[in-house]
Amino acid sequence: MVCLFDCVILSCFYVIIHLVYKVGDVLLPGDVFSFQMPESITDSKPEKVVCGPGLRRNGDEVLVCKSGILRHKQPNLYWIDSQQRRYVPGKGESVIGIITSKSGDIFKVDVGGSEQASLSYLAFEGATKRNRPNVQVGDLVYSQFIIANKDMEPELVCIDSCGRANGMGVFGAGGLLFKVSLGLVRRLLAPQSEIAKDLEKMFPFEIVVGMNGRVWVKSKTIQQTLIVANLLESCENMTAQQRQTLFRRVADGSI
Amino acid sequence: MRDTPLSNCERDFLLKAIQEKKRLDGRQTYDYRSIKISFGTDYGCCFVDLGKTRIMAQVSCELITPKENRPNEGLIFFNIELSPMASPAFEMGRQSELLVKLNRQLERCLRNSKCIDTESLCVVSGEKVWQIRVDVHLLNHDGNLMDAASIAAIAALCHFRRPDVGIQGEEVTVYSTEERDPIPLSIYHMPICVSFSFFQQGTYLLVDPCEREERVMDGLLMIAMNKHREICSIQSSGGIMLLKDQVLRCSKIASVKVSEITELINKALENDKKARKTGGKFGFAESLPQERITALKTDVSPVEMSDVKEKANEIVQRAEVPPQTVPSPVLTAPGTGQVGEGLENSWGLKEEEEEEEEEEDETVELKMELEEGHEEKGRGDVVVISDSDSEEEDVVILNQVTTKEKASISNQQGAVASKQQQQQQKKKKKKRGQ
Repeated sequence: MVCLFDCVILSCFYVIIHLVYKVGDVLLPGDVFSFQMPESITDSKPEKVVCGPGLRRNGDEVLVCKSGILRHKQPNLYWIDSQQRRYVPGKGESVIGIITSKSGDIFKVDVGGSEQASLSYLAFEGATKRNRPNVQVGDLVYSQFIIANKDMEPELVCIDSCGRANGMGVFGAGGLLFKVSLGLVRRLLAPQSEIAKDLEKMFPFEIVVGMNGRVWVKSKTIQQTLIVANLLESCENMTAQQRQTLFRRVADGSI
Repeated sequence: MRDTPLSNCERDFLLKAIQEKKRLDGRQTYDYRSIKISFGTDYGCCFVDLGKTRIMAQVSCELITPKENRPNEGLIFFNIELSPMASPAFEMGRQSELLVKLNRQLERCLRNSKCIDTESLCVVSGEKVWQIRVDVHLLNHDGNLMDAASIAAIAALCHFRRPDVGIQGEEVTVYSTEERDPIPLSIYHMPICVSFSFFQQGTYLLVDPCEREERVMDGLLMIAMNKHREICSIQSSGGIMLLKDQVLRCSKIASVKVSEITELINKALENDKKARKTGGKFGFAESLPQERITALKTDVSPVEMSDVKEKANEIVQRAEVPPQTVPSPVLTAPGTGQVGEGLENSWGLKEEEEEEEEEEDETVELKMELEEGHEEKGRGDVVVISDSDSEEEDVVILNQVTTKEKASISNQQGAVASKQQQQQQKKKKKKRGQ
């Protein structure tokens, strides 16, 4: 009888095991996504679940296609929070670009993606055919994507839908530009960002954060700018506690 | 992929910071970044980390006919490769100016300085000499490639051991590593390059520029020196005008740096030699700090067990009679196990035999899936035999083959080998029967 039991157990696990995932689990590409319904949803009608980045529908099942941590937002949004440094342009995202060339009516802008984006010179506030904007090669621009998909060349604009600049445009004299991972940028831009709050307590500075991982910082002295830049680069992999200890140490020992 | 262009504001900021004697990562003007040297399992494989710049060098040797005008000297060949993983600016297969410059500089530094005794590489004059080949691969580009490449190359050459050669009259025997210990190359001195970058037409000087500083620099002065304060090679690029006392000052700084770096290389070589002698584990994998990688640790994950009983019952009812129990495995030779003597093949048909083989393969696969599925390690009656040759696997032999699924088996090879042996025996018996 022992051998029979043997055979049974072996065949049982020949079937793919569906692991039940909790929010906060680490998932790998290829995992079939099935989750535990939160207790708040008690009606038995079929739930519509919104799959965010990192999840993809494949026929009947939902597959994970990026490695990372599963996150959930009420009421029904799930996504995978992954670490990445390479930027892929997405429509509506505001990024920091570097002008690489001027040709005819458009500027070519490097945003860190696989292709350079184009920015028309009329897409600035108050720009007309006679009144060209003062943009040189090598300048930094803070702009938004209006076209960003895998089939077309990405396009940027420096005005919003009403025709106003709204903070976008050329900037950057006197500051330092550096690159961080996309995850850190999203954490900085979150509405209740703890990192931003901790940084504010240090000393006054100006900061521009682009969704392509580029951050521009300017402070009163060069030393302070360097300090802020180094702090941001280093709090990538730190827990909140480590970060606060580090910031406190710097604030105590700083100029 | 194109490299990110340098924006105007970055350039201005860097130049202003340098004027105030501030560097991006907080170093002083004459400070090097932290250098880490580690060696691989083969002799002659060396990794060097200079801050974030990462370079690997590998030395190898082979016997060839020497050049005609130098019949009793061995040959040394250098090759630097810029891997596309180092920087988006490097493309595979494209000979860039930087690559040519680096190659030329490394050759000048190591070959023309005669740091290696090439006459000791001769085996039979005019016929066979050793050719030593140094391959340097760039893995990550964060500035100052030349320094890191020279450190990696010379450390790898010092670490390398060539096979021993015995000459008896006309006969030449090359002994393999198992027969006789390989012997090191004879190296006279260790030339190391030190790079100085100049800004604002030579007014400001920085040692060991990182990648962004390299982009805004006006010119580069490179001095290759050894610890006996002999200059092996000196090169200035970028077209800047340097004064005599500037160059002298740079050479003094270089001698200090070179002696520190030579100390570091010697210490790393010592550590590696000690680790190999005491039989401890050595090589690249060991130098990775163990705490950071938690690949072998996972939390307990809940498994859907709701209807396992029903499924199990279904499968039990549908299951066929399994093969009879087999006695415990026997070790016939190291690395193989044999389970049972092999039963008399009672089928007598060729197709049936193949089906049987497939079934057995399935059960082996199931076993392997089973091992991967479970993380709990209930040892039970298991005997662990750790092979001293293989660093990775432990061969685990079970005393009781009636496997309770809690035993984690890692002798996949053993199980498969034993099954294969069983099949072979069955085939043999069948053939004998026929």
